[in-house]
Amino acid sequence: MRQGPFVLTFLVGAMLIAIFFIPHYRAQQVQTQLLDWANIVYAFALALGSISLLVLHGNKVRAGGSQAKYSFVTVAALVVITVAGVVQGVEEGTLVNRIYNAVNAPLASTMFALLAFFIASAAFRAFRARNTEATLLLATALIMMFGRVSIGEFVWSGFPPLTEWLLDVPNLAAKRGVAIGVGLGAVATALKIILGIDRSYMGKA
Amino acid sequence: MSHSVDTWIMALLTLCVFSFLYRDNPFYRFAEHLFVGAAAGYLLAVQYQNVLVPNMIRPLGRGNLLPLVPLALGIMLLGRLAEKTSSASRWALAFYVGIYSGIAVPAYMQAQIFAQLADATKPWQPGWGAINSALILIGFLTVLAYFFFSAPHRGLHGASARVGIWFLMVAFGASFGYTVMARVSLLIARVQFLLRDWLGVLPGA
Repeated sequence: MRQGPFVLTFLVGAMLIAIFFIPHYRAQQVQTQLLDWANIVYAFALALGSISLLVLHGNKVRAGGSQAKYSFVTVAALVVITVAGVVQGVEEGTLVNRIYNAVNAPLASTMFALLAFFIASAAFRAFRARNTEATLLLATALIMMFGRVSIGEFVWSGFPPLTEWLLDVPNLAAKRGVAIGVGLGAVATALKIILGIDRSYMGKA
Repeated sequence: MSHSVDTWIMALLTLCVFSFLYRDNPFYRFAEHLFVGAAAGYLLAVQYQNVLVPNMIRPLGRGNLLPLVPLALGIMLLGRLAEKTSSASRWALAFYVGIYSGIAVPAYMQAQIFAQLADATKPWQPGWGAINSALILIGFLTVLAYFFFSAPHRGLHGASARVGIWFLMVAFGASFGYTVMARVSLLIARVQFLLRDWLGVLPGA
């Protein structure tokens, strides 16, 4: 019985690889069906994560203390938005859509905007032209930043074309090598999982 | 100054997040916890409306019993919440991992490996463009040489790997510069929102 899930992984994985080479519409229907099922399982996985979050913060609220009020905010937001979304939907004009526009969107973009300060401060501390590699990194980053803003063109008209060249030539060459490495790694990992060589994803359960 | 409740909420939440630039404080903690709860709730509501309703609830309502399979797998996944039933979640996990491993093998082969190799072996551009084509090929091969760890980086292989690192550093610098500019753009958008949409001190509100 302990081997059962690994057999299921092998069967499902091998079937999807085989389906790729079968252009018959029935095979494609099976693939679509399996992907729909995987999406349903993914939705349950999200529900599992949300329930874990609810239990974690619910326990903190029950335990009290100085952090309990913040945990209450998380629990309240999670419950209100989930219930409203399930009952009313998430389309334009619904409560969830209004909350998304007024709360989620500004919070998400401000959190990312905040990173501008931390990236700048980290770069100031870490960027030192100690050797050839570090100098290349520093110089490219600076050229990219200057080449992407209007002031860069005023400082030197060559910044925008140099930026384009950096993106289209050395950047493309490196990204191509990395993409092939990532692709080979992903295929190798997927095959190890399908063949039951890599079982770490199952955890201790 | 804006009279819209939503704009005020957005502005106050933006200021709450920016208050972290001073130091960790109750306003930031409130915004942080609200964001976690709101994001999880929104994701769950969207999954319910866009995945569970069309792929599971509606078909079951029409008498189609096939979605009972992913429903059973989803319920088994929720078994992870309790120690006694956690082993049932292995089946759902096995199914999900099997599906995406099976999809990954041909997808990565086609989109990452073969597509990149096909682009790398295209005829060179005419005239001065040939220099760029040569640089792309050299960069691509030397980056691959750097990622080849089955042989020690010595001799010609070592020299190639060193050139590969230079290309990689240029690519990382370009990515870093891009990321910084994206974050700065978000920052400008947030400041614009505060000054124009909320306070109305910039034209165009």
